[in-house]
Amino acid sequence: MPGNNALAMDKTANVTGLGAVQLTLREVNMTTKSLGNPYDPNVSLKHDQSCLCPQCSQGGVPLNEKELEAKLSDMPSRPENNGTKSGGSPSIPNTPEDMLDRAVENAVVRAVFNGNEQNRRQFMSMMGGGAFAALLASIFPLDAAKAAMKEASGPLEKTKLNIGFVPITCATPIIMAHPLGFYQKYGLDVDVIKTAGWAVARDKSLAREYDASHMLTPMPLAMTLGAGSTAEPYIMPAVENINGQAIVLHVKHKDKRNPKDWKGFKFGVPFDYSMHNFLLRYYVAEHGIDPDKDIQIRVVPPPEMVANLRAGNLDGYLSPDPFNQRAVWEKVGFIHLLTKEIWEGHPCCAFATSQRFAMENPNTYGALLKAIVDATHYSSNPDNRKEISKAIAPKNYLNQPVPVIEQVLTGRYADGLGSVGNVPDRIDFDPFPWHSMAVWILTQMKRWGYVKGDLNYQKIAEEVYLASDAGKMMKELGYEPPAKTYENYTIMGKTFDYTKPEEYINSFAIKRG
Amino acid sequence: MSSMPTGTSLTLRAALISLVMLLIGLGIWEGASQPPEATEPLSEYEMLMGGADQEARVPPPSEVFKLAFSEISDPFYDAGPNDKGIGIQLAYSLYRVLSGFFLAAAVALPIGFLVGMSPLMHRALNPFIQILKPISPLAWMPLALFIIKDSETSAIFVIFICSIWPMLINTAFGVANVRSDWINVARTHELSPLRTALTVILPAAAPTILTGMRISIGIAWLVIVAAEMLVGGTGIGYYVWNEWNNLDLTSVIFSIVMIGLVGMVLDLMLSGVSRLVQYQE
Repeated sequence: MPGNNALAMDKTANVTGLGAVQLTLREVNMTTKSLGNPYDPNVSLKHDQSCLCPQCSQGGVPLNEKELEAKLSDMPSRPENNGTKSGGSPSIPNTPEDMLDRAVENAVVRAVFNGNEQNRRQFMSMMGGGAFAALLASIFPLDAAKAAMKEASGPLEKTKLNIGFVPITCATPIIMAHPLGFYQKYGLDVDVIKTAGWAVARDKSLAREYDASHMLTPMPLAMTLGAGSTAEPYIMPAVENINGQAIVLHVKHKDKRNPKDWKGFKFGVPFDYSMHNFLLRYYVAEHGIDPDKDIQIRVVPPPEMVANLRAGNLDGYLSPDPFNQRAVWEKVGFIHLLTKEIWEGHPCCAFATSQRFAMENPNTYGALLKAIVDATHYSSNPDNRKEISKAIAPKNYLNQPVPVIEQVLTGRYADGLGSVGNVPDRIDFDPFPWHSMAVWILTQMKRWGYVKGDLNYQKIAEEVYLASDAGKMMKELGYEPPAKTYENYTIMGKTFDYTKPEEYINSFAIKRG
Repeated sequence: MSSMPTGTSLTLRAALISLVMLLIGLGIWEGASQPPEATEPLSEYEMLMGGADQEARVPPPSEVFKLAFSEISDPFYDAGPNDKGIGIQLAYSLYRVLSGFFLAAAVALPIGFLVGMSPLMHRALNPFIQILKPISPLAWMPLALFIIKDSETSAIFVIFICSIWPMLINTAFGVANVRSDWINVARTHELSPLRTALTVILPAAAPTILTGMRISIGIAWLVIVAAEMLVGGTGIGYYVWNEWNNLDLTSVIFSIVMIGLVGMVLDLMLSGVSRLVQYQE
């Protein structure tokens, strides 16, 4: 992996007690090289140039893809399956917490022996590791040191970050974290950068111009699978929003409220790999309309949607807000239905970053995730929604009229048909990335032919949607994460059983392949 | 010459006619795009619909002038990465255009010389030029982003690739069409090829080369707006996109005018340079 060199940066942290024990954070990262058990006389803690241990001998040689995959699946950031801790080998810890513990022990023991490896091994074999551990614990507050280490999580590897966002209300938590100072609170100096569209957000992320980015929930899955782009492992530790989209039709179609009348319509969606596309396809297919044959679905950037609707170039669209409400405000469209009526609580946008960024900057990644989870919960509180509407309306962020955003966020809105709707959870914010959501998205990608072949649905879901990271952050910030990471959904009256994805796909009358 | 009016009075009268046409045009525009007046207090539904104010219409010029005044009176404000003054945006765009343009000149002029002087190279390079020339610069954008992995450099690359062809072709044409007597004279004076190129061919071909450069800078300025709309970030193209995002036609019209003005200044500068190298036969 090309990232290994960058990992070798020496970042030091002081551990309280016993003078200043220098702890190289390199060991805290996923290089498990120096995380040998310090109480074991047969384990060497020293890895110099002449070292011949298996990890070192492989060090300079680039890994082939198989080995890389094996290494990646060993990574600490990988979520654990419900309850089943992966691997039980005591020699090398495999969760980030245990690794931190081990790194602290390691540093303390080496400090006791002044870095003299031979002395330590002799001593351990003479006295026995367990006895020494007990002795050490009696004179040095090892547990306190470990706790201190975990709490501070060491210095941030990178404080100046660029985060991309597409100017829609789904990005609210990513944006809000900026004016409300959530990023600052965790020691980060973040530029939130407006991005012209999803393909650009993807390409700028792949090009590392963005450290993390606002994406659509299917995008990290598609990017990891290499669908529509080069394959690079992406992770999605947090969902941004649930619900928050709508189907909008041109005002001239006020009498065509039954999807069966939509044959020949031209619809817009913002991106192929989007919930918008999958929900629209699902919705029309449930009404017997084939989304590829009976209607046209085009990818249209959201700002162009209103203009295209006005020009009669589109008959309708399923798009993110505020462009649904904006069409009503401009008097060219009406809201046919909110997507929450298709699937109550469906995921929409996501906060995503590359696996590589999280590995190279574990502390920064943690701080960033905390800021996002905090901001997401803040945004979810209905009492804050008016304030948020004002904060995100200026040019620097959404660049939209405040009343339009307010109608979306408060859920008290004009539908363009003459009535005022009152749906407080028209858009809501919930960071927890359910694995079952990823499985559903994958079933739809398979159903419509965006991915081919056999998929290991749950494995991909768990690799990309980092429910355990989100859960941990939620707990640390005092929120209650769900106890499980999978659940079944009812979508337009049809049950989705996450344990039977293939059966689910085959149960649809309209599908590809 | 005697029947024609003198130069200054012609310019003056033309300017007068331009001004009258402008005023009439603006007057019609202003009159045709007045907002409808609200008569009664609005119901909640009407308020949520934006009242009568949001009826789709082109903003009158008075609104554009008002915006232009406020924007130009503070052109260099910087309110975060997504909200900068019009002056900063134009500076970003100009920086990209000029870097791409001069890079292109550095490549196009020598190759153009080579192609113009050597019929062999002309034939060998012609197929490449013919295929690459008609490709829309924006078609390069995704590829550039993927390979260069930096949107700033990609934008400059796109400017480079679109400005190179007019310069190359014009240089080749100018060099190939230098009068053969002059080259023969150079030959009889036994000038070296390099000196022939620099002292005879270059001055003779300079007007044609400058024409190519003038076409190039025009194209580059056209392209940068589209490229920045595509990639976002900074620049006048981003400014247009950001206002389009808000469907704010007033700002869009203002930025269109600014783009036109800057494009005109760029063209005037190059036409000034080309007047310097003009000669009478």
